[in-house]
Amino acid sequence: MRRRDSKLKLAAIYIFLILFTAATLYPVVRVLSISLRPGNRLLSTSLRVIPEGATFEAYRRLFTETDFLRWMFNSIIVSLAVTLTGVIFASSAGYIFSKYRFIGKKVGLTALLTTQMFPATMLLLPMYIMISKLGLINSYLGLIIIYLATVLPFCIWQMKGYYDTIPDSLHEAAIIDGCSHFQAFYKVILPLAAPALVITALFSFMGSWSEYIVAAVILQDQSMFTLPLGLKMFQANMATDWGLYAAGSVIVSVPVVVLFIILSRWLVSGLTLGSVKG
Amino acid sequence: MKPNKKDVEAVRFKYLFLLPALILIFAVVVYPFIYNIIISLSNMSMSHFHDWRIVGFRQYVKVFSEPIFYSVLGKTVVWTVVNVFFHVVIGVFLAVLLNRHLPGKGIFRTLLIIPWAMPQYITALTWRGMFNYEYGAINLILSKFLHLPMVEWLKNPTDAFIACILTNIWLGFPFMMVIAYGGLQAIPRELYEAADIDGASGWQKFWKITVPHLKPVMIPAIVLGVIWTFNNLNVIWLVSNGGEPSDKTHILVSYVYKAAFNLYRYGYAAALSMVIFFILLLFGITFIRKTRATEGAY
Repeated sequence: MRRRDSKLKLAAIYIFLILFTAATLYPVVRVLSISLRPGNRLLSTSLRVIPEGATFEAYRRLFTETDFLRWMFNSIIVSLAVTLTGVIFASSAGYIFSKYRFIGKKVGLTALLTTQMFPATMLLLPMYIMISKLGLINSYLGLIIIYLATVLPFCIWQMKGYYDTIPDSLHEAAIIDGCSHFQAFYKVILPLAAPALVITALFSFMGSWSEYIVAAVILQDQSMFTLPLGLKMFQANMATDWGLYAAGSVIVSVPVVVLFIILSRWLVSGLTLGSVKG
Repeated sequence: MKPNKKDVEAVRFKYLFLLPALILIFAVVVYPFIYNIIISLSNMSMSHFHDWRIVGFRQYVKVFSEPIFYSVLGKTVVWTVVNVFFHVVIGVFLAVLLNRHLPGKGIFRTLLIIPWAMPQYITALTWRGMFNYEYGAINLILSKFLHLPMVEWLKNPTDAFIACILTNIWLGFPFMMVIAYGGLQAIPRELYEAADIDGASGWQKFWKITVPHLKPVMIPAIVLGVIWTFNNLNVIWLVSNGGEPSDKTHILVSYVYKAAFNLYRYGYAAALSMVIFFILLLFGITFIRKTRATEGAY
């Protein structure tokens, strides 16, 4: 970009960036390092990155001595259910909001946007009461419904924003050529919207994979726990389970962080497009 | 003109596609919303769970007459303003640095996104561990490298609140950085070249070219940032372990969560939820109006 900086200035910028990045990554490094500590050195005041006597013991215990695998299975079930339904509903509703005219469209879009201002308890409390009256406490169905309610408005907006960037002439041409409206959507527009579908899927998946607050209210039986509840339980007992917490955190975070970084390019364009277009 | 058969099909398709999502949204957003209003007008609580009745605006009066509401509201405002301020300042600063000609800047950009990518609850729980008095990394760094006294982070209300804010600043700046970086790339280079010819200083270029061009991209991001931060339950709840010490670190959302699910004051919590919602709605509307007005002035 524009003029090149002088060597001195460049060096200063690099030094700053390296220090800042190191400080930013420190908590992540810290978790990694704690997860490698041997059981008798969990409560250590050492700041070494690779602890003395580093071992994968915590990881082994996590898989063999705790319910971690079960919680992971629970989390995967819930997250996949939310992702699948979220993508189906958001891709269809977003399409109609983008390409068709109907009464109440503007009101609908504004209402969806307004839900983003709801405090967590706004929907959680009435749904908790409804769900407990329906006897769905301690069930995944209740949890999935609430997760869907929180991610769907944003996902519909996200999909609508992306469809808006696809010219109307495409589906109109398909219809003139004899496609039904559904075929025009399914065969012409949907493949073009693949990047937005990926983002919507990622967003719904991460939303439920990393959710603690709602799960803490709905799931009370320990065998039903999702990963966040399980890890919180480890964390609460810092003396004995600190290593388990750290190892679990690493396993839970690595896949989503990697996925997020790979997809972040599209995420950003999707977010800015959506916000600029309003 | 399209043939008539197509029009019928269009209408059928339209509603067939919209209906499932609408029914779902009605069931999981609209209906609970209305139910929440009803609860907020009732005396529902643990002891009146089935035999509740409408009591009018009594819960709202309670919300506004208790002094704790104003102190928690004050903390929420501090929490939101401090967080969003640092998110934007750090984010824009990093974006400006990364927008230069720097070989290998992609590595920095990728690494600096990580706080955003980490699951929030893990960030919060990890930072809570790092703030531990004896074994937490923060105090160890303070005492070993900087030779400063250790801080009882989680015991003292002010320090615990600062701990929450530090955590949230850490996880929030990458979003602003990424948005600002996208905005910077859209600024035409000729503007800077022209400014160079006119002999403008770097500072002048930043304020006269960069800031006005970033504004339309950053304003929606800031509105979102304010709303997310105002409503961010995870960090406060998990770093301070539910408002410890002695419920002094609450912001409005954590306070209402506690009222609902630890104290079972359903009517009160529903009324307070409505109040929080209206505060944000008011903020959103005025902010968008104001910024639209400035956009028109360009």
